Amino acid sequence: MTGHSVEEIKQEARKYWVVFVALVALTVITVGVSYLDLSTGMAVFVALLVACVKGGLVAGVFMHLISERQAIFAILLLTVIFFVVLMFGPTFGRIGSVGTS
Amino acid sequence: MVEIPYNVEARPDTGLYNAKLGIWLFLASEVMLFGALFSSYVLLRTGDPNFMTIPHEIAEHLGGHGESHVWSDQLNVPLAFLNTLVLIFSSVTMVMSWVSLKLEDFGKYKLWMGLTCLCALGFMVIKAIEYNAKFSHDLFPSSGNFLAIYFTMTGLHALHVIGGLIVNGYLWGPGAKMWKTEPERFTNRIEVAGLYWHFVDLVWIFLFPSLYLL
Repeated sequence: MTGHSVEEIKQEARKYWVVFVALVALTVITVGVSYLDLSTGMAVFVALLVACVKGGLVAGVFMHLISERQAIFAILLLTVIFFVVLMFGPTFGRIGSVGTS
Repeated sequence: MVEIPYNVEARPDTGLYNAKLGIWLFLASEVMLFGALFSSYVLLRTGDPNFMTIPHEIAEHLGGHGESHVWSDQLNVPLAFLNTLVLIFSSVTMVMSWVSLKLEDFGKYKLWMGLTCLCALGFMVIKAIEYNAKFSHDLFPSSGNFLAIYFTMTGLHALHVIGGLIVNGYLWGPGAKMWKTEPERFTNRIEVAGLYWHFVDLVWIFLFPSLYLL
């Protein structure tokens, strides 16, 4: 947003309010879906899908990731790699021990 | 006095001012912190078939509150839903405070940043009500693994909200003096504080369904 005109900044501000409305709507959807009688797998899938969309809106628009510099993406790429290892490493590590105790 | 370089102008090699690079590195470490807790939660929940089940003696003690015998049913979804809305709104007010400075409207900045601080306070009050209800039913982190994870994750998140409130409160109050002497640097400070605040919102976006709705 550096060096943008007043009109461009005002247009950006309008976008923030549109995203706000979208986030509220998605939150209502998340809660609404939780009251449906879905299978556990489907409930997890829908809840995480909506959360990812909401997270994407916050990161992309509010945190300006859609127009950020390459240096930040390099940091984030490294973060994503470590995060995936952190999330799935322990689960995959456990697969070998299932049924052995 | 030696000036700290690249407070306002971007470094030629990164294309960013230093504070922005710094906050993104910090947020990367924060992803790891919360990632470790989410990973523990997934591992415990998928690995222990009784993870979500309230032990018989606690269910009896809860009386009418313990009818479902599932931990997540003990959590207050309407209050957490309200807190989600409060935090989402505070993200908009935060970004609007930065927009106001970009438009050189300091009065509007004070209004939006003040609202952000009020939202943070509101979030903490709602969280306190929620915690108080748990404690009054003798539900503590030691009551079960689910509650241990619940209190650890929401407690750590609440600490982040308090941290953000302190920083934003400073930037709304005494720290706002910088606007008169170094407006661009002050605007950058608000952007950096905003990045942190949006991250706090981002964490809650995943915490809310994971703990309260699934």
